[in-house]
Amino acid sequence: MNLAISATGDDLESKLDRRFGRCSYFIILDPDTMEFETIQNASRGASSGAGVKAAQILADSEVDNLITGNVGPNAYNALTAAGIEIFTGASGTVKEAIAKYKEGELSRTNEPTTAGGTGKSR
Amino acid sequence: MQITVSAGKGGTGKTTVAVNLALALSESHSVEFLDCDVEEPDAGIFLKPENENSEPVTIEIPEISEDVCTYCGDCSEACEFNAIATFSENVLVYPELCHGCGLCSRVCTADAISERSKIIGEVRRGSTGSIDFYEGDLTIGEPMATPIIRDMKKKVTEENISILDSPPGTACPVIESLHGSDFALLVTEPTPFGLHDLRLSVKVAREMNIPVGVVINRYGIGDKSVEDYCEDEGVPVLMKIPNDRKIAELYSNGVPFVNKFDNWKGRFNQLFEEITRIVNPRAKSVEV
Repeated sequence: MNLAISATGDDLESKLDRRFGRCSYFIILDPDTMEFETIQNASRGASSGAGVKAAQILADSEVDNLITGNVGPNAYNALTAAGIEIFTGASGTVKEAIAKYKEGELSRTNEPTTAGGTGKSR
Repeated sequence: MQITVSAGKGGTGKTTVAVNLALALSESHSVEFLDCDVEEPDAGIFLKPENENSEPVTIEIPEISEDVCTYCGDCSEACEFNAIATFSENVLVYPELCHGCGLCSRVCTADAISERSKIIGEVRRGSTGSIDFYEGDLTIGEPMATPIIRDMKKKVTEENISILDSPPGTACPVIESLHGSDFALLVTEPTPFGLHDLRLSVKVAREMNIPVGVVINRYGIGDKSVEDYCEDEGVPVLMKIPNDRKIAELYSNGVPFVNKFDNWKGRFNQLFEEITRIVNPRAKSVEV
């Protein structure tokens, strides 16, 4: 099982990044062993379609579940098509978010939680 | 001769300058007017074109045949705009992100991509007196203005004078409006805001190797910083339009002020002569 978390930094003490498509890092981890790897989010500076590209990156990394703050409509469609389950509403550090996820306190999302393009820093 | 009237800042008077210039020149030249501000075309309010007919503008959107697609992901990788996502068992196209460049179908080795036309707006053509009038109009909900501007610019003829009314700013629609122009006539107001955005416009035009000149509108308000900048940078100030209540009243009634003030017709013709001299310095004189 691969769990991805959008993060502002590259370790488990980093804060969760509430943006999905334009987050700084993805931490991809096995919740059972807590072993993880970090990838820089290549879609962060995309001129358009950051959420779509980020979903592509996660699918290519064989991610099953995602913890993030919000997903827009394009990202939601792409993640769903890739069979990735989305858990939103997390905050705090990556470690805290994983703990909540394990305790079943994060809700699975069945729809976009924000309008598109809101992660753009313009 | 293609003159694009542009500005970094919105609301400086691009349309006012473009419309009055076109009307003043149209008495002795063949003039085409192109309203390239396709997100909010409003030059028609002043020029009141007649006999308009419209043509749709389309871009080519990929359609992927999943029977043939091998889900290799080459198209997604090639797409600069992230308009295609490929997963192990499906592929998604996002038409609103697609710029219609056609690269995806070129890189597809499985021949799974065909293209379909999608209407994103229209170009309307009409006439105002002797002026050929064109305006682009982007369909609401469509994000991309540049294909409409590009389509409209195909109507530009070399032998006539083309006045292009550009959108404000420095992004793609402005670049598309300026592309291929002989001259960029930059309209600004004499304020710190006007100066800030004028600097950007001058940089863009210089990057594109297009000669520039400035019109200061609402002259008399603000400060001298725009004039000081132009002097320091060697940017010619070709016209100053005073902050005049009569001009403002005509504007608010949709009346181009050259239609009421004959002396301004002459000034816009002089402006054009100066532009011609800058564009083509070896020409001895210009017939007006």
